[in-house]
Amino acid sequence: MSEAALAIRGVSFSYPGRRVLEDISLSVAPGEFCVLLGLNGAGKSTLFSLITRLFVCDSGSIDIYGHSLLRRSRRALAQLGVVFQQPTLDLDLTLVQNLRYHCALQGLDYGRYRDEIEMAMRHIGLTERMGDKVRQLSGGQRRRVELVRALLHAPRLLLADEATVGLDIHSRQAILDQVRERCRVAGIGVLWATHLVDEVQPGDRLVVLHGGQVMAMGSTARIMQETGSETVHQAFTSLTREDTA
Amino acid sequence: MSPAQYIHCLGSIVMREALRFLHQRERFFGALVRPLVWLFIFAAGFRSILGVSIIPPYETYILYEEYIVPGLAAMILLFSGMQSSLSMVYDREMGSMRMLMVSPFPRWYLLLCKLVAGALVSIAQVYLFFIIAWFWEVEPPWMGYLLAFPALLISSLMMGALGLLLSSAIKQLENFAGVMNFVIFPMFFASSALYPLWRIRDSSVPLYEICRFNPFTHAVELIRFSLYGAINWGAAMVVIGALVLFLAGAVYGYDPARGLMTRKKGA
Repeated sequence: MSEAALAIRGVSFSYPGRRVLEDISLSVAPGEFCVLLGLNGAGKSTLFSLITRLFVCDSGSIDIYGHSLLRRSRRALAQLGVVFQQPTLDLDLTLVQNLRYHCALQGLDYGRYRDEIEMAMRHIGLTERMGDKVRQLSGGQRRRVELVRALLHAPRLLLADEATVGLDIHSRQAILDQVRERCRVAGIGVLWATHLVDEVQPGDRLVVLHGGQVMAMGSTARIMQETGSETVHQAFTSLTREDTA
Repeated sequence: MSPAQYIHCLGSIVMREALRFLHQRERFFGALVRPLVWLFIFAAGFRSILGVSIIPPYETYILYEEYIVPGLAAMILLFSGMQSSLSMVYDREMGSMRMLMVSPFPRWYLLLCKLVAGALVSIAQVYLFFIIAWFWEVEPPWMGYLLAFPALLISSLMMGALGLLLSSAIKQLENFAGVMNFVIFPMFFASSALYPLWRIRDSSVPLYEICRFNPFTHAVELIRFSLYGAINWGAAMVVIGALVLFLAGAVYGYDPARGLMTRKKGA
């Protein structure tokens, strides 16, 4: 059995006076597109903060390709590409300056990656904008640059937290297609957090997070069957109905 | 990671900080205007009131303008160090801090890089201020400009480290203004930046003791002595000690397992 790209076991986390995540266990295999579906406030971003070691969990463990995030954090983090919910590009720097900075933070020589960056930029239609400040780009373009940046150092696990939020339908689809293609071609594991049910596809592995707990996990077909639903939307609604009513 | 990668990482963080500073023109001019107002207006007005006797490192009577230039240089470092911390709080709120924190480099190293980057940007501002002050007839010996560099560097690192420590404990950007009032102004005014300590001792011994305890006072004196070709070892030791203390606190504060950031939503 191959090593899991991401293995989360029994993770719990609290903010002062408030339990946010309760005994979370899930895994993502290499080459697997796993959708973490949850309403706003379900705990998705907190879980991402734990996986990226911005926070440390109260209990449980997180391994990335077998590297414990607690004991071998640098090796674990080196496997990661991340698109956070909040934009993280520096608005006052140009695209090139942002990407150059990211290369340095990953220990990469920008010169060696120049061709790859130009190809990626051509792919998203931003070759001519490389010298522009990020501030001058649209929201969709910024998101796509963030995705290029997250994949630049060839990570083996991609985390995307609400990466399409606030974008129009075409930009959303373009980003999703880009990630799915990378997942299929390069065999990287993807944990895609979203509250948008229409981003789930039939072949995806689905984890439904609600109130800090995993409510369901498995293939979309299995979850629909277990909840007696005909669509993912129905299944999601039934799993999260209790609190939203 | 090889040593070359570490150096490359440091270079990029310094470059980013410098580019950000140059792109934010208001910040650039704001940093210069503050000490110049003190030099051109305050010093001119108080020249006759606040006479300065012959005290080391000066070998003769000096004008008040000449006395306060090292203090104003330290003020640039203090404000700039705090500004740099402010940018850490802002980066944390806006998200770009996350990219730094998820880098596979050790977190202490990333914080050190950030600190060095902020220090170098601050020092560039100080030298620009020295050039303007020179036209205002504040003319230390040429060698002093060279000797002042290490003094400026460790002083700037010390104040930046204090800023980093504070930023690790600050939850939101709004809270920073309060800390500015409780840290920057007391540190600046309870020091030898604007008036010699003997004058303070004449009017209040407790205040004099506070000034002596204030690491900013020692940073000012370190800069003052070095600018006139001398080394104040006592001040240097205090500044280095404070730097180590503040930096250790900042590294602790930014450690997700132990630090002050651990339980702050949105950090």
